[in-house]
Amino acid sequence: MVTTGSAHPLSLDKVSVNFGNHAVLRGIDLSFAAGAVTAVVGASGCGKSTLLKLCNGLLRPAAGEVRAFAERLDYDRLPQLRRRMGYAVQGTGLFPHLRARDNIVLAAQLARWSAEAIDTRVAELLQLMHLDVALLERYPHQLSGGQQQRVGLSRAMMLRPEVLLLDEPFAAIDPITREDIHQQLLELLAAEPRTVLLVTHDMREAMRLASRIVVLREGQVAIDASVAQLRSDWPSREPERLLLDLLADA
Amino acid sequence: MTMRWVLALFILLRLLPGATAETLTVGSKPYGESYLLAEMIAVLLEDRAYTVERRHGLGGSAITFAALNSGEIDLYPEYSGTITSVLLASPGLDGAQLDAALADQDLSFATRFGFENNYALVVPRALKEERRLETISDLRAAGDLRLGFSYEFMNREDGWPALQAQYGLEQQPIALEHALAYRALDRGRLDVTDAYTTDGDLALYELGFLDDDLELFPSYEAGILARTDLPADTRKILDELRGILDEPTMQRLNQRISSEGEEPAAVAAEFLEGRGLIAPVAKGSSRTGRIARNTLVHLRLTTTALGLACIVAIPLALLVSRAPQAARTVQYLAGLIQTIPALALLALFIPLLGLGEVTAILALFLYSLLPVLRNTLTGLFSVDPLLKEVATGMGLTAAQQTLRIELPLAMPMILAGIRTAAVISIGTATLAAFVGAGGLGQPIITGLSLNDNRLILEGAVPAAALAVVVEFLFEALERRLVPVHLRVR
Repeated sequence: MVTTGSAHPLSLDKVSVNFGNHAVLRGIDLSFAAGAVTAVVGASGCGKSTLLKLCNGLLRPAAGEVRAFAERLDYDRLPQLRRRMGYAVQGTGLFPHLRARDNIVLAAQLARWSAEAIDTRVAELLQLMHLDVALLERYPHQLSGGQQQRVGLSRAMMLRPEVLLLDEPFAAIDPITREDIHQQLLELLAAEPRTVLLVTHDMREAMRLASRIVVLREGQVAIDASVAQLRSDWPSREPERLLLDLLADA
Repeated sequence: MTMRWVLALFILLRLLPGATAETLTVGSKPYGESYLLAEMIAVLLEDRAYTVERRHGLGGSAITFAALNSGEIDLYPEYSGTITSVLLASPGLDGAQLDAALADQDLSFATRFGFENNYALVVPRALKEERRLETISDLRAAGDLRLGFSYEFMNREDGWPALQAQYGLEQQPIALEHALAYRALDRGRLDVTDAYTTDGDLALYELGFLDDDLELFPSYEAGILARTDLPADTRKILDELRGILDEPTMQRLNQRISSEGEEPAAVAAEFLEGRGLIAPVAKGSSRTGRIARNTLVHLRLTTTALGLACIVAIPLALLVSRAPQAARTVQYLAGLIQTIPALALLALFIPLLGLGEVTAILALFLYSLLPVLRNTLTGLFSVDPLLKEVATGMGLTAAQQTLRIELPLAMPMILAGIRTAAVISIGTATLAAFVGAGGLGQPIITGLSLNDNRLILEGAVPAAALAVVVEFLFEALERRLVPVHLRVR
């Protein structure tokens, strides 16, 4: 895998997924450009989390092909692949038996990073995520929701992955804290650009963070548009309203 | 390489009991007279420069006889009546027939001590006079009397079943520990029990015999039951014990043990010294030394069994936790083992593994499996599936996930399981003395058979203390291994 510089680190080619008799995704064709933030939006059960799990091999497609870093996913070498893709989920998914710091550095330790390299990276992440160094010694349950989320993002970013997969990571946070974290994520992506797939049901969040919006409906792509275009086509439209109008149009 | 040599040596030693003539293993059954006679044999042999291994208090006639047959022990004191009716299951053999039947099994019953210890029924003397009870037949007209017999007597061919049939008794006896029966008689909770004619407690509890007027009970001549592969000079030494005891002497010696709390070894040595059979020996093992030794053996039994149980149960749980059906089956099997009574389990292993620590450890190991296995599985099943998915998504391999995420999260439950197993083991290991593995059960069993509370406490108190110490140790371990918010309340 030497194709780090590929123009499209992730792509799905006519991908379908079934749960039993139920088709969750049907013939999805999508590719995601390097360095771009794409929001995948849709109602519950539209298949957006499934789409994310296809990318890091947590699920396998019934038909079609998933490509990462210009190669077909090798399902026998998933751990290696996944270290190149940060992964953060709703709630936080922090390991309750590990202190914040140990949660963040676990993957780096397993990848046999040196202690200095780990310390350097942790210091970077602390600064980017506005995390107090004192919090690192706490267990997850001793952190606020926002702090947990920042630790979760830091963990996903630890190995400097080329791709970041975020599955509704901010869903359980209060609006004010969420606004702060949005700001920090944007700063972080400005400092360290990467290909981001953000799954969310919140159109406002999608418009704020992403440059491209993909709306899924009943397992298919209903809309695929750039945020800039949406803004110019539908000026001064509230994001929630906009989503409904778009879906009505499509 | 070294292991192989040790193993070869071990096998050689087991195959050639005759080649190590200097070491003899003497067994005894779990009651005072058997201890005493076994000690007489042991003390005499030691006086003649033999090394003697003692396997005292083996669990009953059948177990002791099996141990002799398999070569685990070389000899033990037995009674002619027990040999014919229980061990050979052919009552009514005369002397010559008995010798022939034993010779078939490479055993001999040559040296007789000179006294008989027959079965008898006893009643408190006061009751005997009040109800004018003279013979066992008199019990027929006294249907209100409460009968209670030792477990062995209740089940032996020549015990209660024969008694009931021959005398036509209609009482429904209860079964209880022999030593407890005397106390029950003393407190008026029981009227009749079985006893032995040389019993040292008969005088103490003021008990009188009921005459066996229909001559049901066979003669129980005491002697040495030995393997015929004993060397001739050993036999000659043993023969010095021939005819040295009679019933009154035996009753008196038994009383010194049961009522006066003397040690069988000391009583045996003093008696043989008095008869000029052995040179005076410096006696005395201190109580503290004995407790320390027993505690060490006890600890060795339980920690080995527990360690093995962890080595087997935790990986097994990890293996089957991926397949719920297999997990259920394994738990079910472990539960099944748990329901087998400890003594039965021990008895089952004797033909396979003989007497001693290995048998005891295997039984304790089996009992420890279930708590460790079940708790490990519960711990693994309770790990949040989301965390497992995140770990996978982060790129952890299956092994890393098990070691870094699943096991640490299941740790509180696993520790609780090991702790339960440890405490159960410490309790159950007191039964190990029945198969000659020693430990803190040794003084308990001896104390029970000799009716000696001090001796019982000598085993029971350290065992209880050990259980408490283990609880503390595990609490400390949990403090080290498990963050406070994840501890099992």
